[in-house]
Amino acid sequence: MKKSYIVILSAALFGWASCHRTPDTPTPTTPTVETLEVPQPSYFPAMVYDLKSNPLTTDGFQLGRSLFYDGILSRNGTIACGTCHQQAAAFTHHGHDLSHGIDDKIGMRNAPAIQNMAWEKDFLWDGGVHQLDLFPMAPIENPVEMDEKLSNVLQKLRDSKNPNYPELFKKAFGTTEINTERFTKALSQFMLFLVSNNSRYDLYLKGSTNAITATEKEGLAVFKQKCATCHASELFTDHSFRNNGLDMARSTDQGRFRITQNPDDLYKFKVPSLRNVSYTSPYMHDGRFTTLEQVLDHYAKNAKQSATLDPILQQATPAGIPLTDDEKLKIIAFLKTLSDDSFVKDWRFSDPGFGKSF
Amino acid sequence: MKNKILWASAWSFLLLLFIQSCKSDPDPYANNSLTLSFSNKVGSDGVVLGSGNYKNAVGEDFTVTTFSYFISNISLKKADGTVYTYPQDSSYFLIREANIDSKKVVLKGVPTGDYTELKFMIGVDSLRNTMDLSRRKGVLDPGDISHDDGMYWSWNSGYIFLKLEGNSSKVAADATGNQKFRYHIGGFGGYNTKTFNNIRTVTLPLGSIVAKVGPAQQPTIEVVADIAKIFDGTQKISLAQYPTVMFADFSSTVANNYAAMFKISGVKD
Repeated sequence: MKKSYIVILSAALFGWASCHRTPDTPTPTTPTVETLEVPQPSYFPAMVYDLKSNPLTTDGFQLGRSLFYDGILSRNGTIACGTCHQQAAAFTHHGHDLSHGIDDKIGMRNAPAIQNMAWEKDFLWDGGVHQLDLFPMAPIENPVEMDEKLSNVLQKLRDSKNPNYPELFKKAFGTTEINTERFTKALSQFMLFLVSNNSRYDLYLKGSTNAITATEKEGLAVFKQKCATCHASELFTDHSFRNNGLDMARSTDQGRFRITQNPDDLYKFKVPSLRNVSYTSPYMHDGRFTTLEQVLDHYAKNAKQSATLDPILQQATPAGIPLTDDEKLKIIAFLKTLSDDSFVKDWRFSDPGFGKSF
Repeated sequence: MKNKILWASAWSFLLLLFIQSCKSDPDPYANNSLTLSFSNKVGSDGVVLGSGNYKNAVGEDFTVTTFSYFISNISLKKADGTVYTYPQDSSYFLIREANIDSKKVVLKGVPTGDYTELKFMIGVDSLRNTMDLSRRKGVLDPGDISHDDGMYWSWNSGYIFLKLEGNSSKVAADATGNQKFRYHIGGFGGYNTKTFNNIRTVTLPLGSIVAKVGPAQQPTIEVVADIAKIFDGTQKISLAQYPTVMFADFSSTVANNYAAMFKISGVKD
């Protein structure tokens, strides 16, 4: 007898549930939910990206990895994200002052590193994009980068047999549907997982006091005193936009002004993280410096006075940051402790075989 | 006896669940609809893309090759003063001169009543400009086919509210020899930093004719957008002087002008 109650009850519950289902939408098959956890080092600031809006899964990450290295995102198939963001160079374009895009066109700025993206609040040197999921459209639609329309990228992915993107989307999101949200969120999943927190400096932070040398520790002390106002926190950026005194005489790049149209923002660029800085040469938004020595020389003696020059750089006469040769050497020694060898060699982040890096 | 009671209660529970779940939401307005029919003109002439020749307020000749704009956040005022706001998630439309279907905006499920005033936003509100992509479908999806002529700035996250392009003999030739003018107007006020805000709201009284909506009455409100007003409003704009207006302060002058380009030309039952 009791059994029949259970049968009736379950029938009722079934009826209740089935009537609440929205019509016309097919029930998605449950995706393989092997979740991925973004490492969150205790000494990093609070995360900016809302992981609840895009929970990381192994399949989502693998899809994003494929998209990241596939030239299908560009008009003629030659340029992938991984073309200008190469792992060995901490996802920058090694050896290129300005990024090198489709039809040998030269970009406007130096390709910045892709690392610790979950902690970034603005993207691009001028902060024109404020959310990681909205980022991929910028290089895709830029005429000197990938020169493609997003709608066409989605269509090419739907038609793709090798890789079989509809199947990869199904694995990641439950159905073969390919849309803007899924596309960009898969790319976000790949980028969010690119966390660099295994440098010698990280070992030092975690308590291995001998992970960095005495000279490097002295460099750290000078760095904290002279650089850490802007290159703040253990991410080595305060995420602000500043004019650091680069000579803009021959440049038409107005920096943050392009986004805000506020004259106070003329020639301001995002303060970049210094993690993996030894891999990310050349330096500055236009890649004008090839060595860290040149960068420090700029701050020590070549900062140029202008209306929007950062007030911190105006405290000294001449403008800039006074640095002795010994201090420069020590700072550079310290900066090299931020190199994360395991990050640039992690096979999980590598090109699965598209070969679009050049 | 005990069994019977148990059976009865189980059955009634079952019934109750079915009634609860299968009861359709009462929507007395399911068959109601109101259509906004947009027609784009220059003065009194209809727009013919590419070939139509027009003159602006400062006497410059021009043609129109692209004319598109977002209409959003639609609301309707009844004769009794109450306001009906169309469901926000469904209240975004991209009117494109190049696409006839896009110029008919069908509002479904509008409550029965006599409507006397139409209100909408030209552009896309700041909230929707910054929302998660899961909340941006259809014309709000930057990967939608309707965006192929570019109604989204990927380099400066945000929608282009209005795009007007064409040629004029008064515009200096560019490197390719074309004498094109390009007006791409957007700007929702900025995300992390305040910038100019070109969102404009338009209120259009229907005048003497009332749009009567009911199960058997599905009126059409005819709305005209006059491109001539874009060059002639709070400030007269010369194409020779301003051949390109995009993300810059002057775009607000253009937005102020086009805020007054709409008028009601009629209401049909």
